[in-house]
Amino acid sequence: MNELPHHKFNTILIGVAFSPNLKNNIFEAMRMVDFFDSKMIIVHVGEKTNEKEDNIKKLISGFSDDDEKVNVIWKQGDPVTVIIETARENNADLIMLGAIPREDFLKFYIGSIARKITRNAHCSVLLLIKPSEDLRPCNHIVVNGLKDEATQKTILDSFEVAQNLGAQKLTIVEEISRQEVKVIVEDDQSLLKDTLIKEQLAQKEDLRVQHILNDVPEDLKTGILIKTQSIFGKRGYSIGHYAKVVAADLLIMNAPKRTTFLDRIFLHDLEYILSELPTDVLIMR
Amino acid sequence: MKKTNNTTSGFLSQLPKNIFSGFVVSLIALPLGLGLALASEAPPISGVIASVVGGIIVSIFGGSKVTITGPGNGLVVVLLGAITTLANGDLYQGYIFTLAAIICSGALMIIIGQLRLGILSDFFPSSAIQGMLAAIGISIFAKQFHVMLANTSIKGDTISLLTDIPHSISLLFKPEYSAIAALVGVVSLLIMFFYGKIRNKYFQLVPAPMWIVLIAVGLSYYYEFFSSAPYPIDDSLLVQIPNDVFSNFPTPDFSLILDFKFIGVVIAITLISSIESLLSIKAVDKLDPLKRRSNINKDLTALGIASIVSGFLGGLNVVTVIARSSVNVNNGGTNRTSNFFHAVFLILFVVLFQDQLKRIPLTALAAILVYTGYKLAAPKNLKIVAKIGKEQLIIFFATIIATITTNLITGILIGILTTIIIHFILNKSVLFFIRNLFKPNVLMFKEGFNDTYFVSIKNFSSFLNYSRLKRKLDTIPENQDAIIDFSLCDFVDYTVQESLLGYQETFKRKGGSFEITGLDIHGTSSEHPLAIRSLIPFSKKIKIGAKSNLTKRQKDLQNIANNFSWKYDPKKDHDVSGLHDFVFFKTKKINYLNNSIYDSKSIFRISDTEFSEGEFIARTLVRTTIMTIKLKTEVPKFTLDKEGLLEFIYKFSGFKDILISGHPDFSKRFFLLGEKPEKIKLFFTNELVLFLESNPYYHIECNGSYLLVMRKERLASIKEIKALLDYGTRLEKVISSIQYEELLLKSPKIKS
Repeated sequence: MNELPHHKFNTILIGVAFSPNLKNNIFEAMRMVDFFDSKMIIVHVGEKTNEKEDNIKKLISGFSDDDEKVNVIWKQGDPVTVIIETARENNADLIMLGAIPREDFLKFYIGSIARKITRNAHCSVLLLIKPSEDLRPCNHIVVNGLKDEATQKTILDSFEVAQNLGAQKLTIVEEISRQEVKVIVEDDQSLLKDTLIKEQLAQKEDLRVQHILNDVPEDLKTGILIKTQSIFGKRGYSIGHYAKVVAADLLIMNAPKRTTFLDRIFLHDLEYILSELPTDVLIMR
Repeated sequence: MKKTNNTTSGFLSQLPKNIFSGFVVSLIALPLGLGLALASEAPPISGVIASVVGGIIVSIFGGSKVTITGPGNGLVVVLLGAITTLANGDLYQGYIFTLAAIICSGALMIIIGQLRLGILSDFFPSSAIQGMLAAIGISIFAKQFHVMLANTSIKGDTISLLTDIPHSISLLFKPEYSAIAALVGVVSLLIMFFYGKIRNKYFQLVPAPMWIVLIAVGLSYYYEFFSSAPYPIDDSLLVQIPNDVFSNFPTPDFSLILDFKFIGVVIAITLISSIESLLSIKAVDKLDPLKRRSNINKDLTALGIASIVSGFLGGLNVVTVIARSSVNVNNGGTNRTSNFFHAVFLILFVVLFQDQLKRIPLTALAAILVYTGYKLAAPKNLKIVAKIGKEQLIIFFATIIATITTNLITGILIGILTTIIIHFILNKSVLFFIRNLFKPNVLMFKEGFNDTYFVSIKNFSSFLNYSRLKRKLDTIPENQDAIIDFSLCDFVDYTVQESLLGYQETFKRKGGSFEITGLDIHGTSSEHPLAIRSLIPFSKKIKIGAKSNLTKRQKDLQNIANNFSWKYDPKKDHDVSGLHDFVFFKTKKINYLNNSIYDSKSIFRISDTEFSEGEFIARTLVRTTIMTIKLKTEVPKFTLDKEGLLEFIYKFSGFKDILISGHPDFSKRFFLLGEKPEKIKLFFTNELVLFLESNPYYHIECNGSYLLVMRKERLASIKEIKALLDYGTRLEKVISSIQYEELLLKSPKIKS
């Protein structure tokens, strides 16, 4: 009943710097291009030199002879605007960023670029905690099931991503915050009330997610074990914690919107994830 | 309707017990109330007023069940300071000002209770609170020791009072000195110390402080009726009680309300009475025979109301007191009526025995306080703190010294500061704390299949952010199973661990389980089970796995091993070659095995293992508990999994689920995979299928000669380990009874 775009990601863009991570970043991107059968744009913000060009050519040569598929763009300027602008100009639908596990003060600069791109890009963003040369299987995907209009689309898209990446398990996480429970546990009675309300909220949330799941075409669900899980914690933050606890391979989140006041709060939630990446994170737009 | 009848009749049947226990408590409350008031330089009756008002008001409005309320030990120091300094030495004016401060602090307590901020009391490091209590104990001891020796004129700060003790003792031997009064004091002190040692049923019926009062009053009657000599204790050394106790109340003076010093007193009173009350409530809840949970916020509100009323009537402020509360529980108190009746009996005493009360020597009351002070500052506490770690000792002493030399608020602040600095030093990082302080570091969820609450804490967990964890823990019903996992947490301090231990006890009492996992791999600062634990190495780290330094979980494991006469080894074993045969571990890098328990023949072995997925790439580390069973005979390799749980079997892609004929249900529920389907079908006999069907689900794998049994990818709790052990041993029995070789021979179809 829902019209799905056939390929979620048609054009994947990756911004590269000539750091030791270059090879890993490009290899990761090339694998994604493979999985989604899409085009790839490599953007380097900086001067174009023969040495650099050879370097990149060498790296992508092992992957594709098809020149149409890979497009290397050289541009000067502020990395954030260049990458965002290039993505828009080329209609990219996924930007890949190799992040660092925890942003130390020394490496903060790189981190802040990644953050700015994540916040302002027009398309989805994939943040990799540790880009690697080898293929890592993506077995378990955790998706947010927030009560948000974007959630339905995010969940639908997640199934497509899961199919493309060959994931076996997909957990949809509903976050229940203390504010929703509205009970402060003080004694046995309030504890009972709290437990009941939480049970009801969990059921309600579960029902909501089940409704969304019913709309997902069967062929997207085959071969994937679907689980729903209610967690109690800070909205937007605890899901990252959960992904870490269950050792998920990918966390898929709604994108922040910057229109209303409420969404600003949500933006704040995403900042939590960005400041402490639990695993690879895909921000869906 | 029936229910109310039940509770009413239950209430009535409980009443005699509660009246009795209220009576016993009032026997202690009377001398203590007088003594605490005297120690604060307030009129003696003000302590009794606080007990009466507290007993009546808190029993009506309070949120706890078996606590007793009245004047508290901790407040003595603050009130004494207030009364002696607020009016620059004019004691009566100081007392009137202090009453106003008590009323203001009551209002603050109501606000704290209504805003439900009771949880803030967890913001204080354990060792600093202990240091503060010890400092209060020392202060009380130092002052009252002189009074006990009948030297009431002495003044000065705690240190000079302590150094003056030999001087007061030497005074005793001067002929003009009233030695009888001092003798009463010393005898009283001896009664306090040796009361517990005398195991006589009838003697124990009357509490020690009451014995002291009885003996002292008896002595005065002896002089009155039997001796020709005059009563040798001077009037100035006797309790002064006005004749019109219940008609002429002093009027609190609010004129200092904007004074800086006054506000400081209000804050100090509020702080100390909240801390003392909450500590007492927490401790008494563990004694409650009916295992109820006290509503601390409601209690704080009630204590606030009581303090206001008490202040207007000329009484001290009202707190929850531990010693009297535990006497209440020991004497059969079961609900709030005992607190109420303790107040009623106190009124009766004051009305009926006013004359007798005036015969009590101050030295006897001082002796009770000397004992109380000693108990608070007991060197035993010091030993306990020292065992936990040297850093706790530093915090403890920093707080004591700061409290004694300055005041309580500065003292506790310095205690907090010292703790924070020590945490910085131990972790060799300040940023680590700053960066993570405001992050919501606690995640809780209910595991779908067995309804266990799983709580994961990351970054660090110390008194600074403990309230976040506590809020979550408080919402877990204590008759459920909870697992608290610190695997992602780099640093856990003593305050948190001590408090978790309290939860553990409560859960145990109420039939649930509360298990802490993930602390086994942390380094510690001492060999105490509650020592600070950190993943960042300490400079002089105690070797992990040293026998004496086991966590609760490790000790429990040791106990399980002992019960089965198995062996336990907490050390990390990096030789894990055997495990790689299992398909489950094929693509995982196993770092080590630890916490192994195994039988003497090494057939069964349960251990924790840490692995990361994929070589080379450092993925999130996973820790899980596994069991391996050595088989007597060679059997086919197989993997058995719950139908649909694909995460375990993706490596098997290409293999098909093996259906066991005649057991459609089994085939429906389980995914059975292996290279040689025919052999596996032969091996899965009716008995084995029945066993697997009728028992809880485990992931089972066989590599030919070993079985691997596990439940899920996390560390198992003690309860789960026991279940795993039971399951594994029974499974082994079933499998060893299968005559696989014979079956193989009988089956002509299969040729090896």
